[in-house]
Amino acid sequence: MSAGAGIRLLLRWVTILPITFLGLIAVTFVIGRIMPIDPVILIVGQDASKEAYDRVYRELGLHLPLYEQFLIYIDDVLRGDFGMSISTAQPVIEDIKRVVPATLELATIGTVIGTLLGVPMGIVAAARQGTWIDSTIRVVSLIGYSVPVFWKGLMLLLLFYAVLGWTAGPGRIAVYYDGIVDVRTGLLLVDSLLAGEIEIFWNAVDHMILPAVSLGYAASAYITRMTRSFMLDQLNQEYITTARVKGLAEWRVVLFHAFRNTLVQLVTVIALTYGILLEGSVLTETVFAWPGLGQYLTKALFNGDMNAVIGATIVIGAVFVTLNLTSDILYRMLDPRAQ
Amino acid sequence: MSAARARAWLLTERPSSPLQAYLGRQYLNARRFLANRTATWGLAIIALLAFVAAAAPLLAPYDPIAIDLNRSLQPPSLSHWMGTDEFGRDILSRVIYGTRVTLYIVGLVLVLTAPIGLLIGCVSGYVGGWVDIILMRLTDIVLAFPSLILALAFVAALGPSVENAVIAIAITRWPPYARIARAETLTLRRSEYISAIRLQGASTARIVFRHIVPMSLSSVVIRATLDMAAVILIAAGLGFLGLGAQPPTPEWGAMLSTGRKYLLGAWWVGTFPGLAIFLVSMGFNLLGDGLRDVLDPRSTR
Repeated sequence: MSAGAGIRLLLRWVTILPITFLGLIAVTFVIGRIMPIDPVILIVGQDASKEAYDRVYRELGLHLPLYEQFLIYIDDVLRGDFGMSISTAQPVIEDIKRVVPATLELATIGTVIGTLLGVPMGIVAAARQGTWIDSTIRVVSLIGYSVPVFWKGLMLLLLFYAVLGWTAGPGRIAVYYDGIVDVRTGLLLVDSLLAGEIEIFWNAVDHMILPAVSLGYAASAYITRMTRSFMLDQLNQEYITTARVKGLAEWRVVLFHAFRNTLVQLVTVIALTYGILLEGSVLTETVFAWPGLGQYLTKALFNGDMNAVIGATIVIGAVFVTLNLTSDILYRMLDPRAQ
Repeated sequence: MSAARARAWLLTERPSSPLQAYLGRQYLNARRFLANRTATWGLAIIALLAFVAAAAPLLAPYDPIAIDLNRSLQPPSLSHWMGTDEFGRDILSRVIYGTRVTLYIVGLVLVLTAPIGLLIGCVSGYVGGWVDIILMRLTDIVLAFPSLILALAFVAALGPSVENAVIAIAITRWPPYARIARAETLTLRRSEYISAIRLQGASTARIVFRHIVPMSLSSVVIRATLDMAAVILIAAGLGFLGLGAQPPTPEWGAMLSTGRKYLLGAWWVGTFPGLAIFLVSMGFNLLGDGLRDVLDPRSTR
């Protein structure tokens, strides 16, 4: 790829990312306006006096023209001010900071599992293209696409927790270990090790297995498919034939020649997967009672806590959009066909 | 006409009418389709879904919303193959009637997203210039949105119902159609037969709607089939969170959410609706994957 094309893609990223953010903010602004509940009554209550109602009405800026409200809204969002949560009586941003590490921990381990499953399956499928191994892997990954995450979670809980008793049940840690370890990073696996609490660490691992495997399998479906297609692109090229003609062992050709050249592209796919898992964590966390951003969002939904819903939506959306656009641009920059 | 002669007529090198050429092409496509096991399995599952939805009143052994508290939470047995839920309703009957809700949601989403995407994509590709830039930027923006989360937030604001769930899903799912349609349009725009039509004095609208839209349909069909699998999962997810169909409608996602409450005592309540969601989603994935092999010779993946 020429340097000019690279700069063009970079420019594209620099322009489209802020525009997409703005779009996301605009959509959440619309969501906040179309709800049939009167936000003032939500704060002052049904029997508030006319004066109290008017005061809050002005405080919320509802008397201003819509475009001014929108500008104020953008300003608030950029400063991380999503208003107060009516269910926790805390600023939404503080709530989010508290719950985000649990989600990051889960999504990270899920992505690792997805990569460890998906990459080898993709390599094998490509190396054995058209055989029964390839078809089997194709079906396994199609199943990964098709299983509803929440059902998969329930079935895993039913089998491995309720029937077999091999793993811990819902939640992030056993009740009797809850709150013992000092919060440093917010990542329980790291914090417990830092505190030297090995038992708590293993308990956390025990709780992590099912939700992480559940997310990881979903991730592996996509990673397998992409790995296979990148590998096929490489295996069909002439340098591979050259390597084979030189008499190299087939596994060396596949791993050291073809696979090495797909690594950079794979990184972009894995980044994209991470964003998808953050979104997928909403349902998975609900099933596993995992105290992260996803569960926070669904709880807020049930409580009619719109500030919290919109705050969580913007945060998940912003991370998703960033990963999505970045991996898209990186992918195009690194696409061998563009060279 | 014998089968052999029919085949010869269909496969002739010199079709004597446009109809014959068209039928011949379709015949070849159908043969390739039937040779593709992935696609035929997918089609079989979806045909089954359509059949069950159409014949639901004949197939369902019980009324899907009839409450019988004396028979609540009974395990699968000969009289209730999938057991009963907490109100004593027959789960098999509810799963059977659930096919209608699923098809209704999928159909509505498709009716909303595919035409919007096609229109935006074809106009964008054919008109070009500023219109193209603005429409494609809009498409890129919406394409980068997380659709499940936005659907959640939309339904939370609009109020839970099937129709609102459909609107919320549709809002974020039209961009892939727009991209496909635009790409096809760009290729077609420069082709000679479109120039010929333009020289005959056809208007832009006529060229777009009568010539370009029909030509990009096959790519759109592949995309739509694969998209349906994802739509089913999102819709079920919304139902699971109580944001889709409301009780007592037999919607699979909502049934699954009841099943979650009784998971340890009554595994059957959640297991069967989930299996149904999985099966239908798998059907669309298999069909879409197979169709891509058949209809899109460019992709060998």
